Amino acid sequence: MTDASLAGTPEPRATSSILTVDDRTRKRNAAEARFRAYGIAAIAVGLVFLVVLVSSILFKGAGAFQQSFITLNVDLQEAKLDKSGTRDIEAIKKVTTFGYNPLIDDALARAIADAGAENPFTKGKDLRKMISSGAAADIRDHVIAHPEQIGETVAFKLLASSRVDGYLKGRVTRDSLARDKNLTPAHLDLVDALQTAGLVTKSFNLDFITGADASESRPEQAGIGVSMLGSFYMMLVVLACALPIGVAASIYLEEFAPQNRFTDLIEVNIANLAAVPSIVFGILGLAVFIQFAHLPQSAPLVGGLVLTLMTLPTIIISTRASLKSVPPSIREAALGIGASNMQMVFHHVLPLAMPGILTGTIIGLAQALGETAPLLLIGMVGYIASNYPDGLIEGFMAPNSAMPAQIYEWAKRADPAYYERAWGGIIILLLFLMSMNIIAIILRRRFERRW
Amino acid sequence: MSAFWLLVIILALAVLGFVLGRARALASVGGDRRKLHSLPSFYGYNVAMLALVPALLVLCLWVILQPIVIHASVAGAIPETHYESSGQLNLVMSDVARVAEGLDEMVRQNVMTREGIAALDADSTDLRAQLAQVGVALGGEVSPTILSAAQALRARSETGTLALTVVVLIIAAGGFLFALRSSTGDFRARNRVESGVKLLLIGAASLAILTTIGIVLSLVFNTINFFGMFPMTDFLFGTVWSPEGRGGSEHLGILPLLWGTLYISLVALLVAVPIGLFAAIYLAEYAGKTTRAVAKPLLEVLAGIPTIVYGLFALTVVGPMLVGVFGADGLGWMQGARSVMTAGLVMGIMLIPFVSSLSDDIINAVPQTMRDGSYGLGATQSETVRQVVLPAALPGIVGAVLLAASRAIGETMIVVMGAGAAARLDLNPFAAMTTVTAKIVSQLTGDSDFASPEALVAFALGMTLFILTLGLNVLALYIVRKYREQYE
Repeated sequence: MTDASLAGTPEPRATSSILTVDDRTRKRNAAEARFRAYGIAAIAVGLVFLVVLVSSILFKGAGAFQQSFITLNVDLQEAKLDKSGTRDIEAIKKVTTFGYNPLIDDALARAIADAGAENPFTKGKDLRKMISSGAAADIRDHVIAHPEQIGETVAFKLLASSRVDGYLKGRVTRDSLARDKNLTPAHLDLVDALQTAGLVTKSFNLDFITGADASESRPEQAGIGVSMLGSFYMMLVVLACALPIGVAASIYLEEFAPQNRFTDLIEVNIANLAAVPSIVFGILGLAVFIQFAHLPQSAPLVGGLVLTLMTLPTIIISTRASLKSVPPSIREAALGIGASNMQMVFHHVLPLAMPGILTGTIIGLAQALGETAPLLLIGMVGYIASNYPDGLIEGFMAPNSAMPAQIYEWAKRADPAYYERAWGGIIILLLFLMSMNIIAIILRRRFERRW
Repeated sequence: MSAFWLLVIILALAVLGFVLGRARALASVGGDRRKLHSLPSFYGYNVAMLALVPALLVLCLWVILQPIVIHASVAGAIPETHYESSGQLNLVMSDVARVAEGLDEMVRQNVMTREGIAALDADSTDLRAQLAQVGVALGGEVSPTILSAAQALRARSETGTLALTVVVLIIAAGGFLFALRSSTGDFRARNRVESGVKLLLIGAASLAILTTIGIVLSLVFNTINFFGMFPMTDFLFGTVWSPEGRGGSEHLGILPLLWGTLYISLVALLVAVPIGLFAAIYLAEYAGKTTRAVAKPLLEVLAGIPTIVYGLFALTVVGPMLVGVFGADGLGWMQGARSVMTAGLVMGIMLIPFVSSLSDDIINAVPQTMRDGSYGLGATQSETVRQVVLPAALPGIVGAVLLAASRAIGETMIVVMGAGAAARLDLNPFAAMTTVTAKIVSQLTGDSDFASPEALVAFALGMTLFILTLGLNVLALYIVRKYREQYE
């Protein structure tokens, strides 16, 4: 063994100490700092996106929970509503909503005069643009419910039209009305006057949460309630199908399946189904449930079945994980005192794995609740049900929409007032998703066992 | 007898079977349960199971298949002079079904006897008015063909339902008696019940296979139908996509749609992969416990938000913002709020947590000894990450990126709302383009006539999408699986 350094000239001694930082070290340290900064920046960008998303949801959607109302003292004239004077309910029902419009015009004109403003409109039809076109129907419903009030003057809190509502929320300005045939700046002057008189108010909009969708020209009346019920029935179907099937499939795969080709085939299928795009499940639902089995289109039952197939892989994967986490000692103890395999699984392993299974199921349900694309293919689009379904069977079989599909429908409509509704709908949808996830987290924290 | 009452009867039979089976087994040993092979309730379950399950299976299959079979046989009996296309045949058949429904209603309301209906003659009676009286409104007059088809439909349905009742009751009673006879002390009831339960479990697990078969069959059959009406080469290599109403489209080329899909996915990956990867590296290698505990779940919130929310975000926030910068007032590259960039950016945001959590797991799976070795040689932390950890984790990261790409290609709502509706082959990322998924939605919503090539093309598009995403997934899983074991 020779020492090479002895042969040649000795290496020059390092001129600097380890304590002074040379160029190369400085470069390497700078690279280190840069790399770290990239990481921090990436996380910061992700979080900024989250903040922007959440704040735009809140800013744009909060308005949907407030609605502008105009309080009017409507004179329910007997001469117009019940000519015979007999208070016969059939005769009163014969007066259509058109018959109520003059009453609203009168009341509005009086209110404007009382507020001390000048009414520039000669035709009641023009003046009435301030009020929702659904207002007459509301008054008619009230009169039919209370025929004894005909002849009296009753105070009604009527929905303002969507443009007036937009003006009070800052969405509509006098400039933006220049090309708008639904309202003129002169109306806004009147709104200002009525507002100082305290007749135009904004208040909480319960109808948005409980109501049905409205036609394209009446965004102020649209609500998400009916489609919420559609989503609810769908979730019932998903829960009733996906939970038992998913648990049964996982028990088989985790506890009984032999190592063979058939088991491998099932496993590969589950792994692939978990990654199939959701819209493909929509195509499957359309072809199998509607074209082949002739189930009704747009029914929550069909939607629920499609979402069941879609969420099954999620539920199976999480159920298997929680079955796996039950320690072998439990199984061996059960087998040791004479239980059969089946008894061991159903009496001991399954109850211990239940919290984990429920957590996975809730997360699968939350995923199904927010899914839109497959529902569009089987016809669960917006504005398909204008009333609540009567009864349980109707709820499953009658055409209905679902929350995300309803939101999509609103987002498609041209009127910007509907964007506000869509964001409001998203707030409600996210509240549901958030509470489901919180329940799942609580379940996990509460019942999680460390063996 | 309707299926509902049949169901009630076999359920009742099962409950009765449980009680009788248990009692018979106990009686056979003189009430001394120690002499039984299984617990007494297993004898009951055995009888209930054999009475219920086979009958129920037959009932379900029959109820699903009977309308399909009868529908096909009645449709086959309608002379071909009455329709020109399969779409018209569907219309005729829906008339037939409606008339048959009306005739049922007439029997139910005692307007007409069943013999009276069999003897009906379309020319001599005004059936439309009579049907309207019982609450079934028809679009047109009832022609003799439709009436005879409706009568045939009714007659066959009645025969079918009668046969169903008989068959199901025989099966239920047979299972009941067979199981009851064997309920004696030394019969191994538990083993029989447990193997029955195991069959149910296997059935549930096979549903995954059935679903895949269902997807493949529904795509394949409709795609074949489509290629029967539209040349396959024009679909696969056509560069123009312009469907025209119902029927008669000449340009249904998939290339512009594929281009839009891939372009948008590329933009999404360009956003998601660097951000997601760096976030994962920071979380795995640098972040302290508290940072990790806060930042990781917050990033994953992005993955839990439904895609409809991202779609609306693209449409009303990101789109107008981009127009402000690149639109007519700014650089003039962008016409409207919908564009490749809008959809791609938002989809990228959606994919960040997907990429980051997958890569995080993979980076954490790289053994600590490799890092320690690198530090021992004097490498800084970033050098270790770049030259040791990332090369070791590369196959996994490639797999994660492929999975993210498959997600991006199959994503629907964001592109439906953010990417636009015009199919074009263009390089400008600020132009509106459309994708395979968006066109599936637009071709299949609204009109419900599935016989035209314009509707059927959606199945061919779905087939393309399915093959594409499946291929990516299989490739990704293969890569991940092949290289993961290296360090275990």
